[in-house]
Amino acid sequence: MTAPIRLQVQGLQVCLAGTKTDVVSEVDFEVAPGEVLGLVGESGSGKTTVALALLGYARRGLRITGGQVLVDGQEILGIPERELPALRGRQVAYVPQEPAAALNPVRRVGKQVAEVLRVHEGRGSQDGDVAGRVREVLSAVDLPTDPAFLRRFPHQLSGGQQQRIVIAMAFACRPGVIVFDEPTTGLDVTTQRHFLELIAELCATSGVAAVYVSHDLAVVGQVAKTVAVMYAGRIVELGPTAAVFETPRHPYTRLLMRAVPSLDKAEVMEGIEGLPPRPASRPAGCSFAARCPDVGPECLSHPPATVDISESHRVRCVRVRRDVHGAGGRPAVQLLNATEARAAVLEVKGLRASFGSNEVLHDIGFTLPEDTCVAVVGESGSGKTTLARCIIGMHTNWLGSIRYEGDELPHGARQRGKDVLKRIQYVFQDPYTALNPRKTVGQLVAQPIGHFYALSRAEVDARVVKVLENVSLSADFLNRYPDQLSGGERQRAAIARALAAEPDLLVCDEVSSALDVSVQATIIELLRRLQAEHRLAMLFITHNLALVRGIAQSVIVLSQGQVVEEGPVEEVFERPRDPYTIRLMSDAPRLSAAATGSGQTPTAPAGRAEEG
Amino acid sequence: MIARAGTRRRAYVRAHPIASLVAGRTGQGIITLLLVSLVVFAATQLLPGNAARAILGFSATPQRIHALELELGLYRGWWSQYWGWLSGLPVGRLGTSLANSEPVWRLVEPRLLNSAVLVVVSGLTGCVLGIALGAVAALRHGSLLDNSMTVGALAVLAVPEFVVAIGVVILFSTVVFHLFPGVSLLTPGENILQAPRLLVLPALSLVIVTIPYVYRMTRAATLEALESPYVEMARLKGVPRWRVLVQHALPNALPPTIQVVGLTFLRLAGGIVLVEEVFDFPGIGQGLVNAVTDRDIPVIQFIVIALAAFYVVVNITTDVLALLCSPRRRIPA
Amino acid sequence: MTAATPSKQLRRHEWLTLLQRAAVSRRGTVGLSLAGFVVLVAVVGAIWTPDSPTAFLYEPLQKPSVQVLLGGDYLGRDVLSRVLAGGWVLLVMAVAATVIGVSLGAFQGIEAAYLGGRTDTMIMRGMDVFLAFPAIVLALLIVGTVGPKLWLIVLAVGLGHVPQVARVMRAAALDIAERDYVKAVELQGVKPTRIITGEILPNLVSPLMVELGLRLTYSIVVIAGLSFLGFGQQPPAPSWGNMISENRIGLQTNPWAVVVPAALIALLAIGTNLFADAVARAAIGADREVEQAFVRTEAAKASQ
Repeated sequence: MTAPIRLQVQGLQVCLAGTKTDVVSEVDFEVAPGEVLGLVGESGSGKTTVALALLGYARRGLRITGGQVLVDGQEILGIPERELPALRGRQVAYVPQEPAAALNPVRRVGKQVAEVLRVHEGRGSQDGDVAGRVREVLSAVDLPTDPAFLRRFPHQLSGGQQQRIVIAMAFACRPGVIVFDEPTTGLDVTTQRHFLELIAELCATSGVAAVYVSHDLAVVGQVAKTVAVMYAGRIVELGPTAAVFETPRHPYTRLLMRAVPSLDKAEVMEGIEGLPPRPASRPAGCSFAARCPDVGPECLSHPPATVDISESHRVRCVRVRRDVHGAGGRPAVQLLNATEARAAVLEVKGLRASFGSNEVLHDIGFTLPEDTCVAVVGESGSGKTTLARCIIGMHTNWLGSIRYEGDELPHGARQRGKDVLKRIQYVFQDPYTALNPRKTVGQLVAQPIGHFYALSRAEVDARVVKVLENVSLSADFLNRYPDQLSGGERQRAAIARALAAEPDLLVCDEVSSALDVSVQATIIELLRRLQAEHRLAMLFITHNLALVRGIAQSVIVLSQGQVVEEGPVEEVFERPRDPYTIRLMSDAPRLSAAATGSGQTPTAPAGRAEEG
Repeated sequence: MIARAGTRRRAYVRAHPIASLVAGRTGQGIITLLLVSLVVFAATQLLPGNAARAILGFSATPQRIHALELELGLYRGWWSQYWGWLSGLPVGRLGTSLANSEPVWRLVEPRLLNSAVLVVVSGLTGCVLGIALGAVAALRHGSLLDNSMTVGALAVLAVPEFVVAIGVVILFSTVVFHLFPGVSLLTPGENILQAPRLLVLPALSLVIVTIPYVYRMTRAATLEALESPYVEMARLKGVPRWRVLVQHALPNALPPTIQVVGLTFLRLAGGIVLVEEVFDFPGIGQGLVNAVTDRDIPVIQFIVIALAAFYVVVNITTDVLALLCSPRRRIPA
Repeated sequence: MTAATPSKQLRRHEWLTLLQRAAVSRRGTVGLSLAGFVVLVAVVGAIWTPDSPTAFLYEPLQKPSVQVLLGGDYLGRDVLSRVLAGGWVLLVMAVAATVIGVSLGAFQGIEAAYLGGRTDTMIMRGMDVFLAFPAIVLALLIVGTVGPKLWLIVLAVGLGHVPQVARVMRAAALDIAERDYVKAVELQGVKPTRIITGEILPNLVSPLMVELGLRLTYSIVVIAGLSFLGFGQQPPAPSWGNMISENRIGLQTNPWAVVVPAALIALLAIGTNLFADAVARAAIGADREVEQAFVRTEAAKASQ
């Protein structure tokens, strides 16, 4: 007996407008009612393009050129342009990535939710019906339904509330399919967990088939029963989430799994060298061949065909090994023991930082021993970035004491001596703005060397080359400008710039949050190696708990400007004591939980919902 | 203490955004006007060289210089001269024209009316046409119509107003057609509203100069709105095209459009100087040029202040209107 | 291992790249051709004219013929010679006014941005005052009190540019000063002057080039307008603006005395504007019109 299929995609192809260059091609998948399909991929993989194509929509510069999208048998592609609006929002709905931008800033939110109903239910519907449905759908997402709330403008809502509004808009007309495009970006871990539960519940009760696009494998693991992995515009592996995560067959998936940081074990993260090919420069054979550890001659000549591993699991690879079990374990990280007594490099006591008259850090105190990496974790708004900036001297409105090697640090960088400035270095979060676009990599790295040391030109040059080598950038990069570098390469250049001054303390502020998972792994591993090699003290700021395991010996948990817990990483993560930390650890999505099929969150009931 | 006063003020500003804006801008405007008046005064009466001698030019005999100095009050100290002049302004005691020996106001008032009519008519026509064309171009983005209009606008934008005016004269008045008079000579005592035919060509010249700028800015604002994430979202919700345009794109394109309309009127204030000269149109532009040629200082002073006041008023109006259209700035989060 | 070392690298001259990219774009080529043609006419006329521009050779408003290609002006002088000779002063003055205005304005704007605080407010408030005058009114004010001296006109028009350029450069400088890469250098303790020269100025080349182009067009327009009003080169010296004004009475008889100088001014202005737009598009990326960047910054301001 065949189970009902709600969404069927066959041979979907999207090309650059006016050309035959495809951005996305040969995309096939099916989703049954009540089910969630996860669509994962890194930047440039084409996942958002596929998501939009499910509504028959292509962004500027792109055109849907082939394939079929069927919702309950109804064609979405191939129908005339003017008939599409009737289907969008009604048969297929979309939940955007950034709700703040997706809501019209000059219209009240009540009107915006009602709009989707008015547009689709036709002129016959009474105002009362519409208002009633609006209230219904808002309370389903746990939002207030009073008129005062409906009269608000989008900017008067919190991020979480905005996200719920767009979900409400998506469910309002009871569509058959909903496409979620990275909807939890920017949400904190707890809100994200509630959100995922909400989605699972709504999909189960209303029988909606959902496609969940994300770059975050752990999140997808929480919510999706089936997962499709995309690379360079194609689906390279598709199968049940547990199977794909536990025993990935495609080399890319396997490497991806090895790059994902683990919350529960201190393991080495393995990045993937190289970059995916751009649409115009895809090779004749497999797009992954250049980076694939299993590459063979047949991979280079023609694109690989799809191989069925089982009834529901297929892989686009000719070198797939049916005998592989598991992604392979990863070597454990060798971190220096946190409990050994060491001299304190940094001592913070009673730190109170403010913006204007608003205090954001309350009485922070901790010690950073030499040769150690201490992670500072917290959600957005916890004050962790402010803390980093106080230490480095960018934020001057603070009281209390910060001692570096026993000496009190002046508040601002301008008042600090050259020696101190040299020995404490900072790596910025966004590699795309951290490098001066008018300078070459060589000039950028040479600059601190020339500033802190009195060396001859030749000596400076030699040092630059050495530092670049240290971060695995070849001498070719000397003459390149930042806009010629990828995100990962830029961040490495930024790290090189920081290291060029030969610091004792390195402050890393969310240095990998702007990077893809495979690139992130490379950067974190690089930092760990450098910290060990150069015996640096490191302060590692992040909101991603899993990263902490791979790099830090101790961790400090910040919440709303206060230290709620601190201690060795193992202690805090496995035996948390503070309620906030406990909640944080339980709400954080885990890959391993998904792989074993037992999530922390109540997912959709096993087996499919009966009706459509 | 200071911190608390600051928070109180900030709270007031947040609670009454429009009133605060008007109050703030009016205050700034008054200061600007005062400074402008200082600059004007300094330029006209304090520059090196004896002002009286400069005014009389070749006909300067010692007696005449002396008489003029007395009349201009150049014997008084700097500050007393300035204050004397400034305090007279609001009261209407504007002095006497040096060229005509008539009260400044009597000379300038009819000119003010004529120029006001010219500016308003040209401004409104130019803005309406520019906005309509800009919106159409944005909707037909990338089409031949759009591209040709946009490049055409770029070209016409650059042409000086007096060249456009001359072109208009050649085309409609003298060489090609003979539809309208090439000069706008009013009979004395008449104002422009009584002889609208004389308004046509000057207004046409100004409209031609105004449209391209308004067109380009409206087009840009509409395109920005059409390519925004919220318009994309509306489309993905299935909202039909016209509704997307009218209810989502246009309201968001409004604030920049308002700014542009304001800027247009400000540019027109400068444009009338040359266009009135071409058409001999009796407005304050021509008045200013004549006054400068004759070194008629009181008239120069008054006209420049009037233009500055116009600038301040237009700025306040556009700022307030733009604020009314932006709930994000008006209502706190 | 390549032999390249950091200190001996090729410098990528940004202003040159911008100009090159603008020159090869469609608008840039048209703009350059138009403006170039007019410049050629002016330059040729500065050196040679077929007849004397000031001698009374013909009948007033004599119609054009094969010998007298453009006819005679209202006093009987050779229009062709006057047209050729009447442009170079305008060009020199316009360029000078632009350079003065943009340098002064950029200096003020960057100074205000970096010093910040009360100095910033004072400088910008001072600028605001001058913004209250339309450029031509300001020029008339200055010229009207001291006299139509050419260097004064250049100064007056240059001053007219200062507030707008200062505003634009200040905004650009502030934007750059907030960037992480500038902060990275500040954290090393580098002195403010070196930060301005080393980090900020190189990134201001782009907006500066754009302003230069826009201001040049405006200078041409204002100076030509002033000369039309009689505040420029004094007769009998030929200048295009003046020629338009003085030959208006003869429009029916010999329109060329008016049309040719008018057309030359128009072509010059159009050409420089097209090229300036091409430079601006080369600076921001050519798939959008320049105004959209302006609108986007306005929208960003609205959401603060």
